[in-house]
Amino acid sequence: MSDRTGVLAANLASAEARTPEARVAGAMSGFAQEIGALSAFRLESCIHCGICADACHFYIATEDPQYTPIWKVEPFKQAYKREASAFAPLYRLLGLKREVKADQLVQWQHLLFDSCNMCGRCSLICPMGIDVAALIEQARHAMFDAGLAPKELYEKAAHQKVTGQPEVSAEPYRDQLLAIGARFAVEIPLDKPDVDVMLCVPRTDIEHYPSAVASLARVMHHLGVSCTFRSDALVAENYGYYAGGKEWQREISRRLIDQAVACKAKILLVPECGHAYAALRWEAADLYGKPLPFKVLQVTEFLADELQAGRLRLGAAVTGATTFQDPCESVRKGGVSEAPRALMKAMGVDLHEMKNHGGFSFCCGGGGGVLDIERAAPLRYRTMENKLREIDDTGAKTFLTSCSDCRRTFDDAQAHFTWNKTPQSLLELVAANLIGAAGPA
Amino acid sequence: MNLLDFARGPALKVAIAVFCLGITWRIVAFALLRIRRDMNRPRASVLKFLGGGLLTVGSRSWPHREFIGRTGAGEALGYSYHIGLFALVLLFTPHILFLGSLFGVTWPGLPSSLITVISVLTLTLFLAVLFRRVTNPVMRMLSNFDDYFSWFITMLVMVTGLAATAHFGARYETLLAIHILSVDALLVWFPFGKLMHAFYIFPSRALNGALLARKGATS
Repeated sequence: MSDRTGVLAANLASAEARTPEARVAGAMSGFAQEIGALSAFRLESCIHCGICADACHFYIATEDPQYTPIWKVEPFKQAYKREASAFAPLYRLLGLKREVKADQLVQWQHLLFDSCNMCGRCSLICPMGIDVAALIEQARHAMFDAGLAPKELYEKAAHQKVTGQPEVSAEPYRDQLLAIGARFAVEIPLDKPDVDVMLCVPRTDIEHYPSAVASLARVMHHLGVSCTFRSDALVAENYGYYAGGKEWQREISRRLIDQAVACKAKILLVPECGHAYAALRWEAADLYGKPLPFKVLQVTEFLADELQAGRLRLGAAVTGATTFQDPCESVRKGGVSEAPRALMKAMGVDLHEMKNHGGFSFCCGGGGGVLDIERAAPLRYRTMENKLREIDDTGAKTFLTSCSDCRRTFDDAQAHFTWNKTPQSLLELVAANLIGAAGPA
Repeated sequence: MNLLDFARGPALKVAIAVFCLGITWRIVAFALLRIRRDMNRPRASVLKFLGGGLLTVGSRSWPHREFIGRTGAGEALGYSYHIGLFALVLLFTPHILFLGSLFGVTWPGLPSSLITVISVLTLTLFLAVLFRRVTNPVMRMLSNFDDYFSWFITMLVMVTGLAATAHFGARYETLLAIHILSVDALLVWFPFGKLMHAFYIFPSRALNGALLARKGATS
């Protein structure tokens, strides 16, 4: 562990030692390396209509123009035009596009990290069809290369890259996982060599919602699925994704991929964690350099498939009027929108949808790593007010979600606003309403 | 060679050459950049992938229900002046004859009185668009020289066209020459600025829509 700590310290020190000039050079080179035909086309297509502002909850809450989503990539648009666009030599020769300065990038840290959940709602409103969220993710990569990822995200990503978990824990996660199994009287399949499904968990669940971990194990046991957790790749989250560190994201994903390959899994099951799903389902293969030799499924879509196949039977859940928070990364951006509703329907849940739901739902406010950024909290609370109103307006007594980060964000809001609702896990509701005999272990 | 001959002779030829070469270069320049293959297993079939692209071309023509309250008026304004512009360019008889001389095809035009009404309405909408750009804090912040110059040059074409039609302020030949010169200027500017969105809008919607459909994501 001391070797790992040494590597970590060296990583952090090298980033902090950068001069502003080196930061700019790093950012621009990172962005220029990553800019492909698709991103260039997206940047060129913007007509400066500003409509994307009207999809963003940071803008809606504040009416502050700086939170306009496309503005968040302005320095990178400037750099692209100057360095790589069709008329780049003209821009440079005539001085029409200035070089991006270090202080400009420092200013943009607030816009790209503190005030963007990477939720992708802005990508649904653009009349030119531009996927603005994809551009913001690329801009985050460049900010990381410039050493301008927020400290909280950078440190967690660095820690996870080296140790496999984003922060020091009182007990190793493996031990905590086994302790959860003992506490909830459920078998935790661990380090089995040859299985159909590899499991992983949000570290948020290990630390804050152990019953969700137990529920996952219980449901899998009930279904009789051959599955296992792997000690060397327990954590689903990917702080490299949040921080914008593409290489670190690759290494963190690689840990899970290697273990899934080692245990011959046909499915890597992503638990209730939106961004883990995005990182593994929609980005990991690109970083791996070839298609993954297994499927990546989010737990609700796996369970909905089991439901449809008749292998999962659910009893009626007594929840009363219920609403559901759609996690942006798995629903809007990831396409898992029907599965959670199929599960709720099978349990007879009286679902009262929010005004903006499904693919158009507002983010919880904590996504994109914003929950971890301490200085972002006041702005985050401001944007959450609209979301909490939408939830209250449904008249629901029960509030479900299928993302542990959403859950943690709402728990935090509950304390901050003295709000009267507690978010609950859809997976836990499924585990509590299983019917029929458990399958073979 | 008088001014009119110059405007619709060598000036127009040069303008069309710059227009065609510039647009070609803008598009070829994308192809010179890296095109990355997506290794992630698609959720949708190729048919849904393509269908998603086509669907987005249509669906982004008007805001989704969730956004309409905030953006409907602005988008309506935008589409209105575009419709006015298309009507003026494509349905005014002298324009049809001019385009017919270039492409060999003609079609029926609108009566001049109606064209005059459309011109005045479009000009008014154009002024409203500028007013909105300078008064709306988001648009003002995003706007740069390209936005204002593209607005100016398009407005110039409309104003000179209206003046020529109304024989206002000078001899008709002079007014027509000025109008054609303003069109030449617009054609030269076209590939360098945001007017290129005329070529990008449908491919951009289709491409982004198809990529979202590939994931089964909302579009």
